[in-house]
Amino acid sequence: MANDSAGRTLLVAFLVCFVCSLLVSVTAMGLRTIKERDARLITYRQVLAVAGLLDDDPEAVWNARVEMKLVELADGRYREDLDPWSFNPRRAAADPKRNYRIPAELDLAEIKTRARQAPVYLIRDGGQLSQVILPVHGKGLWSTLYGYLALAPDLTTVKGFAFHEHGETPGLGGEVDNPSWQAQWPGKEVRDAEGRPVIEVLRGKVEATDPLARHRVDGLSGATITARGVTNLLRYWLGEDGFGPYLRRLVEEGGSHG
Amino acid sequence: MAKLKENLFRPLFDNNPIALQILGICSALAVTGRMETALVMSLAVICVVALSSAVISLIRRQIPDSIRIIVQMTIIASLVIIVDQTIQAFLPDLSRKLSVFVGLIITNCIVLGRAEAFAMKHEPGAAFLDGLGNGLGYSLVLLIVASLREIFGVGTWFGLTVLKTAQSGGWYVPNGLMLLPPSAFFIIGLLIWALRTWKPEQVEKG
Repeated sequence: MANDSAGRTLLVAFLVCFVCSLLVSVTAMGLRTIKERDARLITYRQVLAVAGLLDDDPEAVWNARVEMKLVELADGRYREDLDPWSFNPRRAAADPKRNYRIPAELDLAEIKTRARQAPVYLIRDGGQLSQVILPVHGKGLWSTLYGYLALAPDLTTVKGFAFHEHGETPGLGGEVDNPSWQAQWPGKEVRDAEGRPVIEVLRGKVEATDPLARHRVDGLSGATITARGVTNLLRYWLGEDGFGPYLRRLVEEGGSHG
Repeated sequence: MAKLKENLFRPLFDNNPIALQILGICSALAVTGRMETALVMSLAVICVVALSSAVISLIRRQIPDSIRIIVQMTIIASLVIIVDQTIQAFLPDLSRKLSVFVGLIITNCIVLGRAEAFAMKHEPGAAFLDGLGNGLGYSLVLLIVASLREIFGVGTWFGLTVLKTAQSGGWYVPNGLMLLPPSAFFIIGLLIWALRTWKPEQVEKG
């Protein structure tokens, strides 16, 4: 059969591949702007949910109240020369030319590398800074947990805290998504008077008489390792190797920044 | 005409891809926890099977025998990517719930099975209807399983309350097993039993 000659086979294979790849790339290109907008909307929703500002029109709230900045973590300065939306922290963390290797003894979050810059979200209330939202991530039991921590302008008191992505065991570590656990966070103080990160998720419940109760959060039953992961990742990101320099700079500038 | 009708309707009950041929079980377990994911998955599979069958049938005389499976796979894979991208763009939340399962339509035996068994030997029109029918047969089972799992697992159907659950002040205590993928095994098993009682000719000779 002529269909089976080598030339014919190559021709058909080539044509099929050519037409298919054309269709796939046209679709991908055509849908790109829609997908980028969706990706932004997802960020809007996640950040605003942690800030307690999520309503029906996240885009409008975002445009009115939120400022996104990229921070150089080493010195805590803003990087105005980079576009925060096109910066992808996960890709940067995986790229040996652009990442920062976390020294093993400092690597509380067990993430090994991180991007040198990180986005931060500043929420304003009639011109006044009302919240600073920091992205945090680190290892739990099975997975890396990704979340946002919202701090009051004193940079110590929690306004909100939630993970938006993780793969912990449903019903155990997965309970980090439970609204009643998340509800304990607002009002907790993540740092002590010297600015050291001392927040801790306990095993078991926080006693009312505990002098450190304001730095402590109830554990998750059956999820000791996830809870320890949450403690460690927060301590890492709030510490000197994480957002420490940035937080210090914000305090020194006393809200006059940005 | 009668022939075309048969292509479309036979796969619903008489030759259902899940219930009789036992194909496509993997995704049937994974996406049937909720109606909306099952519906989107069903639509995706219908699109892919119908279109891939039609396209493959259209070029069936040009496809060299030695590379026919690869050509079929390339066409199927391209269609799946297009469908997946479209879902990602227009239904981003559902797309994250469906995660890899839309992409895995590529490996769904129903699609390649229809391409190889039917589309390679029939006219495009008949192949399109056969693909459509098989897609619908798959969807029928998916939607029945998802209905049962959502109603008994969380007391809702398409998110609308059917049985008011105890947590929200009603009387119904949800069956947690229904939320886990293995429950779909039991439901599909029972469906196959019911179907074969109704149509005894489907029972395999022991």
